[in-house]
Amino acid sequence: MSVIIDLDKCSGCGLCAGSCPFEVISIRSREDDSEPHPRFKRYARIEAGCTLCGACIDTCPLKAMRMEKVEKKERVPLKEYKDLWVFAEQKEGEVEEVSYELLGKGRELADKRGCGLAAVLLGHNIASEAEKLIRSGADRVYLIEDPALENFTDEPYTQALSWLIGEEKPEIILMGATTIGRAFASRVAAKIWTGLTADCTELDIDTERGLLLQTRPAFGGNIMATILSEHTRPQMATVRHKVFKPLTADPSRKGEVIEKKYPGKLTSRTKIIEIIKDTTQQVNLSDADIIVSGGRGLGKPENFKLVEELADLLGGAVGASRAAVDAGWIPYAHQVGQTGRTVAPKLYIALGISGAIQHQVGMRSADTIIAVNKDPHAPIFDIANYGIEGDIFEVVPALIKELKK
Amino acid sequence: MKIVVCIKQVPDTTEVRINPETNTLIREGVESIINPFDLYALEEGIRIKEKTNGEVIALTMGPPQAENALRDAIALGCDSGILLTDRSFAGADTWATSYTLSRGIRRIGEVDLIICGKQAIDGDTAQVGPGIAEMLDIPCITYVKKIDEIDGEHIRARRMMEGGHHLIEGSLPALITVVKEINEPRMPSLRGKMRAKKEEIIRYSAADIACEVDRIGQMGSPTVVEKIFAPPARDKGMMIKGEPPAAAAKLVSELKAKGVLL
Repeated sequence: MSVIIDLDKCSGCGLCAGSCPFEVISIRSREDDSEPHPRFKRYARIEAGCTLCGACIDTCPLKAMRMEKVEKKERVPLKEYKDLWVFAEQKEGEVEEVSYELLGKGRELADKRGCGLAAVLLGHNIASEAEKLIRSGADRVYLIEDPALENFTDEPYTQALSWLIGEEKPEIILMGATTIGRAFASRVAAKIWTGLTADCTELDIDTERGLLLQTRPAFGGNIMATILSEHTRPQMATVRHKVFKPLTADPSRKGEVIEKKYPGKLTSRTKIIEIIKDTTQQVNLSDADIIVSGGRGLGKPENFKLVEELADLLGGAVGASRAAVDAGWIPYAHQVGQTGRTVAPKLYIALGISGAIQHQVGMRSADTIIAVNKDPHAPIFDIANYGIEGDIFEVVPALIKELKK
Repeated sequence: MKIVVCIKQVPDTTEVRINPETNTLIREGVESIINPFDLYALEEGIRIKEKTNGEVIALTMGPPQAENALRDAIALGCDSGILLTDRSFAGADTWATSYTLSRGIRRIGEVDLIICGKQAIDGDTAQVGPGIAEMLDIPCITYVKKIDEIDGEHIRARRMMEGGHHLIEGSLPALITVVKEINEPRMPSLRGKMRAKKEEIIRYSAADIACEVDRIGQMGSPTVVEKIFAPPARDKGMMIKGEPPAAAAKLVSELKAKGVLL
């Protein structure tokens, strides 16, 4: 798509410029340009930074703006690309949970597309993980073992996967939107010139066009966008933890492990000197079935005890809003939301959290949400299954008492 | 040391909404700001410059109006600002943006370190930093929370990972993306603001940075937005009324009835 301004109609009134969320429409005057405008003294021009959101088009009173499809050519012979791959991210020899979740979704998508599902496992002495990937849905596992791939470093991983893509030509590649996945996928997509969509929350196949429909939130979750990569392959997407569900491992599933050897030497200009574990970061928010979170309404750090008490009683984990973390009441590892963790527990209890959109995107896929807040207009109540308008310092102790009964 | 900090001018988002009838964005007087994560990148660049007696250049791709973001960067302590602006850059996705910025960096030449914020708040992709590094064929360390050492040849930095961090050493030139734990950004000084007003912003067009035309803007972008829409609303739940003890009792019995609690 491209936004086209019909200069025979545009009067340079500036309404479109005012509507542009990115401020990328400038109003030019005839003197600005070497090519003068045919009729009017002023006219609008789309500048660098246009995201093709289309917000301007309906504002034009003269109907001078339209969205036009830009014809692009195939960058590679699309028909040669088949199968769906999931990158099996491993840390210290163990495949991350998010990779199994992607195999779960990948199975569904591959069946809909009528193609195979393969996992790509890069590492050193990790062949034992391959069987688990097959049990969790993969038809095949591509395995590249090399000392240079033991721990993730950007360059050797990029060299290995880009080479394998060239050899085997997958149609789709999914990766976890983890620290590793985000850096790795970006680098591979840049190298092989293909489309990559970050943080997809929904994936589907358009069976007619044979395309991956990649849906993701933008603007901190205020809008959703569906994105396509039409002319390049593979179509690449990253997905956060807990967005999809893994299949139950089936020990009777059979699959093929294909060992591949990178032709040449994998090289890196960075090296890991030390891997430091931080226990304060090991808050098991992602795996918790119940999360009790506290926000600004707690007022001071000591009051997090109340949150902890309720969480302990329910056998849950403690979460927090960004406001509470920024105030220094609780470490960042507890933060739920756009800039923190995405969680999907069975039960999420929000105490004194107003529920800004940035918080909501991190927790709204919880099965049940309970909110306690003094402000009846707090946005958290819009998404809560149960809401109690009231003082958390009265309601929570009452709740604890009730639960202890 | 010559440092380039890539910044992005973004709508002060999160206020941006969608018109449910037309499915287009509504701006409602949202101001443009420097992407908040880029402020940490600028601060880190300026700190390294101060320590090494180097030079720091702010770089952005955007409309002519994005000059304001570069002036803000100069006010904070950058030596100069470069704006990559050309109509043909319009419609760029992260791939074409990475390409265009990498061309700008090549034009600047002999850059030792490139710093980006970890992601932009409007797109939230975190893809452009590593993309630039690949296109320049240099090493990249994302999510840096601390630089332990840096000289003209090497960098030693801590990369945040889930459940800890990696201490990584790499050769320069390199690109890093930084997280907010890395520093506390300063406010612009009065002198900086004065200088920012006067400083001339360098503008490069697609031709100035020798872009291949099929790699920029919409033509160079592998992805296309098929549609945008408002997020599905969650059904409005039940508000439980009454004094705290009664409300608590009602809630617990509801949860038990629904099988949420045993």
